[in-house]
Amino acid sequence: MTEPQSFSDLLPSTVGEPIFNEPWQAQAFALTVTSHKQDLFTWDEWATCLSEEIAADKADGGPEDGSNYYALWLAALERLVTAKGAATAEELSGLKQAWTENYLATPHGQPVPEP
Amino acid sequence: MPHDSHDHTDPPSDLALRVKALETALTRKGYVDPEAIDAVVDTFETKVGPRNGAAVVAKAWTDPAFKQRLLDDASAACAELGFSGQQGEQLKAVENTDAVHNMVVCTLCSCYPWPVLGLPPSWYKSHAYRSRAVIEPRAVLQEFGVDIPEDKEVRVWDSTAELRYLVLPARPDGTDDLSEDALAELVSRDSMIGTGVAQA
Repeated sequence: MTEPQSFSDLLPSTVGEPIFNEPWQAQAFALTVTSHKQDLFTWDEWATCLSEEIAADKADGGPEDGSNYYALWLAALERLVTAKGAATAEELSGLKQAWTENYLATPHGQPVPEP
Repeated sequence: MPHDSHDHTDPPSDLALRVKALETALTRKGYVDPEAIDAVVDTFETKVGPRNGAAVVAKAWTDPAFKQRLLDDASAACAELGFSGQQGEQLKAVENTDAVHNMVVCTLCSCYPWPVLGLPPSWYKSHAYRSRAVIEPRAVLQEFGVDIPEDKEVRVWDSTAELRYLVLPARPDGTDDLSEDALAELVSRDSMIGTGVAQA
């Protein structure tokens, strides 16, 4: 078990830190907010699912500083979306593969088409 | 392997590809409109943040009737200023006094009063803060540079999906002649989480 980190290590970066560190984090966040607005799940269901991912990560010795927070957020969203039947795990992995192939097939500088 | 770097586009990270897959699936099923996604990102990057909460606090410092409404029903009082939640959550304001210092945590995940504070800072989401804030709040506060005297009570509020908290910090001494706007400048994000104090 990792010793809790001192906040002096965490604090300096948080004044003026970006809301999202990478674009995919913003996308994952917004996907959750909009799916909730469309009644795919309740906010309580979402918070429960995210809490479970965070607790499991903690039990697995995940980083103390929350640096993988949006990775856990994404895992929670994938789990909730599949549990709700809005997509299957196979569908998601197939789409991920299709996106990868589209990137590799698109000349640099051109828009990558939707699968 | 492509032999020419111009005949393909490097795929983004594995995490980014998983997000793209989700977005495509949810868009196809009608749960998500790509334009709505962009609007949400824009809102959280540019429109909501701790300046909203600072405006609420400054108004409470200068308008006793508003302060009472804030303490009675923070969701309604913040809505008066145009700050409303989208997740159906209730907001509760907790007031720092000479006898009580309040601080806010979400021990299970990262519930946070988005409409008034924006999205939480990284430390709020850390395992360290979430676990230690409850176990040893005074020690955590000291690491934030906040010394609470032994005779002052520290109350820790654990947020949930349904109930989020906003700390109403104490108005600094010597600010009687400041305008509401000038007062709002004194209200830091951390002072509204309770890991800081408002300072003149």
